Formats: sequence, C-alpha cells, structure tokens
Amino acid sequence: MKVALFATCLVDTVAPQVARATAVLLERLGHEVVVPPGQACCGQMHVNTGYRREAVPIVANHVRAFAGAEAVVAPSGSCVASIHHQQADVLRRGGETALADEAAALAERTYELSQFLVDVLGVTDVGAYYPHRVTYHPTCHSLRMLHVGDRPVRLLRAVRGLELVELPGAEQCCGFGGTFAVKNADTSTAMLTDKMANILGTHAEVCTAGDASCLMHIGGGLSRLRSGTRTVHLAEILASTEEAVSPHQATRPAVPA
Amino acid sequence: MTVFLGLPTAPRGVGNLRGDQPFPDAARTALRDGQLRANLGHATSTIRAKRAAVVGEVPDWAQLRAAGAALKRATMARLDEHLLALEEQVTARGGTVHWARDANEANEIVTRLVRATGSDEVVKVKSMATQEIGLNEALEAAGIAAHETDLAELIVQLGHDKPSHILVPAIHKNRAEIREIFLREMPAVDPELTDEPRQLAMAARAHLRERFLRARVAISGANFAVAKTGTLAVVESEGNGRMCLTLPETLITVMGIEKLVPTWRDLEVFLQLLPRSSTGERMNPYTSLWAGVTPGDGPQEFHLVLLDNGRTATLADEIGREALHCIRCSACLNVCPVYERTGGHAYGSVYPGPIGAVLSPQLTGVEDNASLPYASSLCGACYEVCPVAIDIPSILVHLRAEHVEAQERTTVEALGFRWLAKAMSNPRLWHAAQKAAGLGRFLARGKPTMPAALPPPASKWTRTRDLPTPPKETFTQAWLREHGG
Repeated sequence: MKVALFATCLVDTVAPQVARATAVLLERLGHEVVVPPGQACCGQMHVNTGYRREAVPIVANHVRAFAGAEAVVAPSGSCVASIHHQQADVLRRGGETALADEAAALAERTYELSQFLVDVLGVTDVGAYYPHRVTYHPTCHSLRMLHVGDRPVRLLRAVRGLELVELPGAEQCCGFGGTFAVKNADTSTAMLTDKMANILGTHAEVCTAGDASCLMHIGGGLSRLRSGTRTVHLAEILASTEEAVSPHQATRPAVPA
Repeated sequence: MTVFLGLPTAPRGVGNLRGDQPFPDAARTALRDGQLRANLGHATSTIRAKRAAVVGEVPDWAQLRAAGAALKRATMARLDEHLLALEEQVTARGGTVHWARDANEANEIVTRLVRATGSDEVVKVKSMATQEIGLNEALEAAGIAAHETDLAELIVQLGHDKPSHILVPAIHKNRAEIREIFLREMPAVDPELTDEPRQLAMAARAHLRERFLRARVAISGANFAVAKTGTLAVVESEGNGRMCLTLPETLITVMGIEKLVPTWRDLEVFLQLLPRSSTGERMNPYTSLWAGVTPGDGPQEFHLVLLDNGRTATLADEIGREALHCIRCSACLNVCPVYERTGGHAYGSVYPGPIGAVLSPQLTGVEDNASLPYASSLCGACYEVCPVAIDIPSILVHLRAEHVEAQERTTVEALGFRWLAKAMSNPRLWHAAQKAAGLGRFLARGKPTMPAALPPPASKWTRTRDLPTPPKETFTQAWLREHGG
C-alpha cells in the first residue's frame, strides 16, 4: 500500500526520529511511504487555544497537502483525533464548505499508527526487537477520542525482548494539554508530578506512548529529575530490530542519559 | 405572569458565580495546600471507585445515558412550552409561581415572601440555585437567618467557608477539621466531641433537630420538575431535606428553568442516572416529590421561583447550551485531574470542575470568567463519565474561541498565533519558521536540552521541564534531501 506520512508539526520540528521510525517501520512491512512536502500542521493547537478562525488556513493547507493520499498515517493520536473531530467543522464554520467535505473524506482515510497497523494492515507482530523494561501511557486523545483501546499494548506484547509493565493510574492525564501546560503551568506540573511518580514506581527504563507531545512533556519532566527513565515513542520501539540499531539511536539520543 | 424574552446574564455584585482571581492564580494557592490535596485525592478516588462499581452493574447504562441526553435535548428545544405547562399545573394545585430574571429579582422575591410570613429565620434544603444567587447573604442583609441543614452545607456555613464541590460541599475538609468547626461554632456542643464520624453526625443531628421543629419557613431547590403534573422533586441522602419539605408551614422552592422534564415517566431515567453517578449508590435514600399544597398535610403555602440568571442566554448558544443538560451529579468533578489537584475554590464559582468551567462563563458572560474555559487539559474524562453525555471538552474549546473572538485589543498571544497560522498554511514560510526554531541549538550549545532559564512564555515550561533541543534538520527536510522533491 502507498502510505502518506503526516509527520505533524511537533514531530517534524523537534522529534524527527519519530517520523523516521514510522517510515522505517512501514517500509519494513512492505509498504511504500510518501511524505507530501506541503504538509505543516493539523491546526489543533490553534483550535484548542481558541484561534478557530486562524486555524482555517492551516486546516485548508493540511487537506490540500494530503488530497490525493490513499491512506494517511500519523504517529500522533492527538493530531489524528483533531483531523477526525475538528477539521471539517473548522472549515465549515470558516465558510470553506467544499473543502470541509474533502476534509471529512480525508479523515476517513487518516489513521493513528497503532490503528493503521492493527486494523488496516492486520498485524500485531511487526518483527521488532527491543530488550528493555517498558511501561505504556495511553494518552487521553488516543484513549478517549480515538478509542485505540489495547492495540498499542498488543503491538508491544509482540515485541521480542521487551518486558511490558503496567502503569498505575495509566488513564490519568499527564498534564500536557497543549497550551494548558503553559497557561496553567502549576496545575500541569502537579499532574505531571503524579504521572512521573507512577512511571518511576514501575522501575521501567522507558515510558512509551503514541503521542510525541505528551512524551515531550513527560520526558521533559523526567529529564529534569535526572531519573534515568526516558520516553520513547511507540513508533521507535516498533521500528527497532535486532539487525538494525533503532533509528532514533542512529540519529540522536531521544533523551539524555 | 411575565415571561422575559431577552437574554440577561447573571448580574455582577450578587451571587457566587465569579471568583476574585483568575483560575491559574487561585489554583497556585490551592496547589500549595498539601492537606487539601490529600483530602481531595482521597475523597475523589474513593467516590470514583464507588461510581465505577455501581455503573458497571447496569447492563444498559449506555442506553440509559443516551436516553437521558435525548430527553434533555428534546426538553430544551421546547423549554418555553414546558415552563408554561409547569406554571399552569403548579397554580392549579394551589402553588404560586414567580418568574425571576436574575439573582437580584429572585432574592427580592424570596425575601418578600419570607417577610410576609413574619418569620426571621428559614431552614434550607441543600440547593445549588440558592448558592448561585447568594440567597443566604441577601436574607441576612434583610435580617433573616438562613440555616443550612445538609450536613456538608452546615459544615461550610459554620466554618464561614465556601462550598468547593457540587455534591460534597465540604470535600476539602477532613474529620479533624470538622470537629474543630463544630467545637468552635455549634452552640451547646459536647466539649468531649471526638472526630469519630458517628459522634460528629450525632452532634449535627441534635443541632439540626431543634431547627427543624422550630422553623416555619423552608427554602429548597429542585432536582427535577415535571411539567405535565406540576410535581417538584428533591433527591438526597440524609433526610434533612425531607424534614424541611414537610414540617414548616411555608415552602419556597427556587429552581433554575432548565430543571424540567416533560412527563412523570421521564423521571425514571434520571432517578437511575443521578444516584449512581453522584454518590455511587444504586438509589438515593430519600426522594421527595410534591405538587402544590395538600390541606392538612405538609406546608400549606408553596411558592415556586423560576430562575433565569443567564440560562436563556446559554440556551441561545447552539454549542454551549448542552451545559444546561447538567443534572448536578458532580461525576465530572470526581474524575477531573485538574479539579482533583486544585479543589473547587480555585474555580471561583459555586459550580466548580469541568461543568463549572463551561456553565459559569456562560451564565455570567464569558468575559467575566474568561480563565475558566482554559482550566482543563481537554483530557475528556468528564465527557466519558457524564450521565447525560455533555460534550464538555467541545464546549470548552468553543468558549475559548468565543473569548478570543470577543477580545477588543490584540494580545501578544493573538499576534503569535496569527503569525504561526500564516506560517503553518504556507509550506515555504513554515520551513523558514522551522529553521528559526532550529536556532534553539545555539542556546543549547550542543546539549540535548535547552537551558532552564528561557525567557517568558517559554519559562513557564522550562521551570519544571526540559525542552528538547531541535535537531539540525527536520524530518521532512531530511526526507526531501534523501528522496528528492
């Protein structure tokens, strides 16, 4: 299958290894990956901060950039949720009726990584090898807007060498919430503190999730604690194999030791 | 009969819908209170588990929830007709209906009615509507003492405090703190009182019994009103409400106009949804239903005050109006990670938590509670747990947009978002912006994270978290280089 990769603005700019891993994984599974060069952002940050009107051209750019794609995959539950639940509405309100219909159709062909692997490609064992103790944080939008359910866990269980440990209070928000982390920095930090305590309590080496944004928040906190536990995106774990050094290690360390 | 067809919002200077500080500032104070966080964490996790267990045993919960949402939506679509039907029924059964546009009018009506009885004190059933309009304060100013009879409301009142939770107003207090309040404020209390729950309850009981038997006027809210039969309903756990609803000579009920259900049969759905969602009980211990007056039985005079106070303005907003579906169960408070850490006082309104964050700004006008729609990480736990499926996250986002669009002056934030929007809708500009972000590498000087001392607004992030240093090349640039355009 020809898969268009939506890197998302955040991954593309500060965590390129996550998009790289997604591409490596899909190619290893025998699919052709294309990266539409006109892509930028899904518009969620603007919509969720109240800049609904300003989001219109961003969403329009996204819909046009992926117009011809057969299937779109993004390593971000949050962005995919926005594409599913917000984009068409934003365009419709902005008077872009025709483009709104296109956005709705595009949303139907857009998938979060774990959903694409399990539901569309029908695989849970992607042939990965990752010899680490890992805990999984289910991120709010993946959990409650996309209903990814246990798909990421099934994928992780099939990874050779990986020891999966359950995260207490997994379904509680990490406190990121986009601009919430800045607008309500103290409350966000209080939520993060509890999340980190739960993660450290598992004695996992790695905390993984399907959203680079939540991981940036959690990883940023863990890094400040010099805890030794790091955050690694689900795509990076699934892209790792015995033969090849995992792609993020090849480019740059995900989080400092 | 007067029906006001304008769209008034709750007036300033009266009632309890506005805080003194924006949410982030009020939250900062609460976050420093370790005792508060411990009390809240314990209480919310206990009630979450109870609710989950009793909801889990109802096989058709999803259908019940959908029925509740549909009933609310249908009722709101014809609210005017239902309200007129209710007025007709209440009047036919010997009650008197009063219409109050806002808090001031409602307080005036109730004060006048109490004065007419010659009484200078009233007993109160726990009621959010009367808390909302600041009725106790208004009565006090008129020389009338209002005694709260719900145990938690009593604790808050005796403690000269404000409620911090819709269902458990004293959730922020533990047993030891309650004992202190009783010893200090309750006349004739046993000085040997311990903080054992039974002892505390017995002390409150002795204190309240005397009030119930003395009171000639009672004031209540209403959980539901059946339009077709003129029946009012109060559901509660302690029986104190029933004492107030049956013993005094005069009963005055203040009810928000959104509390209606069309028919008696509709109650069935809500009487299942409410107790399981709120107290985690299969059924609440006391359900009191009354219609008008019955000669020789119960209050001989009944007044119903129908309160707008920003509700029709809320109803006029096609997205925000869903907040009026709320049945005040407070399940959203108990699951909200923000509420759990800040408590209710940080929200400044009698309606705290996720539902308060969408209801208060709509009742007051969004400019008066502008920080509340942002007091959420949009995690969605509130929507998931709401027994009438109010999509709180979507309303929060909608109200944020209303706030942004209503701003008259261009803020630095707005400039930033506009500039970013320009870049994010133009690939060439976007790549240039990404390159600019890459300049963070200079600040980082080869380290994997940027320095902690970044200037505002980034400092709000870097005070507690490291920001990753942007890589030399973005993913799309690298891909383009490797694969060609």
